[in-house]
Amino acid sequence: MGWNRKVLRVNLTQGTCKEEPLNMEWANEYLGSRGLAAKYLVSEIDPKVDPLSPDNKLIMATGPLTGTMASTGGRYTVSCKGPLTGAIACSNSGGFFGAEMKFAGWDMVIFEGKSPKPVYLFIENDKAELRDASHLWGTSCWHTEEQIKVDHQDPLIRVSSIGKAGENQVLFAVVINDLHRAAGRSGVGAVMGSKNLKAVAIRGTKGVSGIKDFPAFLKATTEAKKVLADNAVTGQGLPKFGTQVLMNVINEIGALPTRNHRDVQFEDASKISAEAMHEKRESDGKSHLVTNAACFGCTIACGRISQIDKNHFTVKNSPQYWGASGGLEYEAAWALGAANGVGDLEALQYANLLCNEQGFDPITFGATVAAAMELYEMGVLTKEQIGIDAPFGSAQALAKLAEMTAAGEGFGKELGQGSARMCAKYGHPELSMSVKKQEFPAYDSRGIQGMGLAYATSNRGACHLRGYTVASEVLGIPVKTDPLVTEGKAELVKAFQDATAVFDAAGICVFTSFAWTLADVQPQLAAACGSEWTMEKLNEVGERIWNMERQFNNAAGFTNKDDNLPPRLLTEPAKSGPAKGLVNGLDKMLPEYYQVRGWTPEGVPTPETLARLGL
Amino acid sequence: MKIGFKLFASLTDYLPSDRKGNRVELEVEEGTTIASLIARYQVPERSAHLVLVNGLFIPPSQRPAHRLADGDELAIWPPIAGG
Repeated sequence: MGWNRKVLRVNLTQGTCKEEPLNMEWANEYLGSRGLAAKYLVSEIDPKVDPLSPDNKLIMATGPLTGTMASTGGRYTVSCKGPLTGAIACSNSGGFFGAEMKFAGWDMVIFEGKSPKPVYLFIENDKAELRDASHLWGTSCWHTEEQIKVDHQDPLIRVSSIGKAGENQVLFAVVINDLHRAAGRSGVGAVMGSKNLKAVAIRGTKGVSGIKDFPAFLKATTEAKKVLADNAVTGQGLPKFGTQVLMNVINEIGALPTRNHRDVQFEDASKISAEAMHEKRESDGKSHLVTNAACFGCTIACGRISQIDKNHFTVKNSPQYWGASGGLEYEAAWALGAANGVGDLEALQYANLLCNEQGFDPITFGATVAAAMELYEMGVLTKEQIGIDAPFGSAQALAKLAEMTAAGEGFGKELGQGSARMCAKYGHPELSMSVKKQEFPAYDSRGIQGMGLAYATSNRGACHLRGYTVASEVLGIPVKTDPLVTEGKAELVKAFQDATAVFDAAGICVFTSFAWTLADVQPQLAAACGSEWTMEKLNEVGERIWNMERQFNNAAGFTNKDDNLPPRLLTEPAKSGPAKGLVNGLDKMLPEYYQVRGWTPEGVPTPETLARLGL
Repeated sequence: MKIGFKLFASLTDYLPSDRKGNRVELEVEEGTTIASLIARYQVPERSAHLVLVNGLFIPPSQRPAHRLADGDELAIWPPIAGG
């Protein structure tokens, strides 16, 4: 059936681990992973709960294709009410941890309450127990993963953990698995830290059983892998150049947010691009990029493994960073680089390593540094307050601020609150480039109009992974649309949002959607879960998940006023490139979007819409 | 007239050796079209996927007739994506 039909409920207050059956009625309506975890979450917590209180819950969930031979079937999600936004948070990660959870026989783990002392959860197939983590508290994700493997004398254990950022409740702390894969957005790591839960370590040896029709599954997954291999994007472009190939593209079209969105093109974009990662360095004759890498079961292998220049000022006295490690991916390279005007590739990788080591989101961190740099240039923040001169373009400031945030020291504590709270504190809330207090990713919505609507309406705050219309507006996938116009974008955003919810809920990577449509996913799900999983049903499930998340946010206190963009994007025209003179046309797109969604003009799902979706 | 010619990702190898990064400046005759430059530098047509002039997308059907102007920046990528 694709599911193990088994949930582990961990009460951290009482120190108990209990098995319970998966609610199959809900699985039939929400599929798995993001969808099913959200259903459990909204059913079990008060939408107005303080995200960092023991009453919030944290759910780690797999999908029916997680751990199977479906390509990219290694994804799992971490869901909770998010501390950065106050909205529903659902962060998705690859690597190998999700598959291991499935191999151990579990579909999801629900954490509730708060442990009186630091603990980690150890799962070995059916056995699950909380263990003392006092020797791990205060250490990094990297140390934690290694130490747990040593403690158990088992290098095959898979670990998800928080670093100092999660312990310090940095509001954009992540959960790191497999050293450099992250459930990265909305601060899910801070919720884990608030519960005194340092890590989850899993060893599963059962494999995945219960595939409904195995011969059909073998056929469907094989055919779908061929689609990925034959596609020029997933078969060639992503493995060789990774997501970073977008740096020059997005700069060329004038949609690369630069210096806290003051500009839309970065003069040093080429220095921090995928092409630059392939070039040999003058200092040591080696290229930054060492190799590509794949998550569990992935036949794309877009991941980047790089080696920093040992002679660079950031690491010349820190040999622990000299080895090959994860990064840079496009979002991190943008946020650490163009967003604050830094064109030093090695400095970006150093900051990225610190993000992975101590577990914080490079997107929100980089964007918050950008806001701090703008406040510094305005004279609102001083060198004395920040601890270093911090003009746009300073690699030294970027490195120092990453160290301070990782350690939770000095101005790093203020950065750890994210840009919305920091900018409000210093009297300039308008300088936070965020929606619902979550910072934008790497696309300026003046140059890619549809992304403005996608950001404004994303259920977890500004995000590219909830409705990636860049695929259509820039890359021509599945069809090319004009990025500079607002017409037709309401339908486009809805279509991307609903389809993405299905990819996420299935337990596969959304990057497959550069080659696959839902019509490629459906035969795999039908073979794994049952023939009732038709295209019609998948489309309905995607829309149901979206509306359920929206209902939670509305109940948490969000309104249509929160479906908005910062004034800079609505009133300050782009200064260069094809979008020169344009602002984002959210006012034209949003009412149409509500209509297309079947919501009231106030952004509330109508009774008819809720009835149609069984909500 | 002068134009900027940029080839990215796997197309970088098709640029002349005097490239600076992914760009060369070319002296071309008036009336030069996108398609003729793609052919002159032997870029496989199926690999010239994302074609931008001054950042604006030019669809395949317009590339044979689209004449470049002095100062234009022509940038070309193979099929790529990211996130």
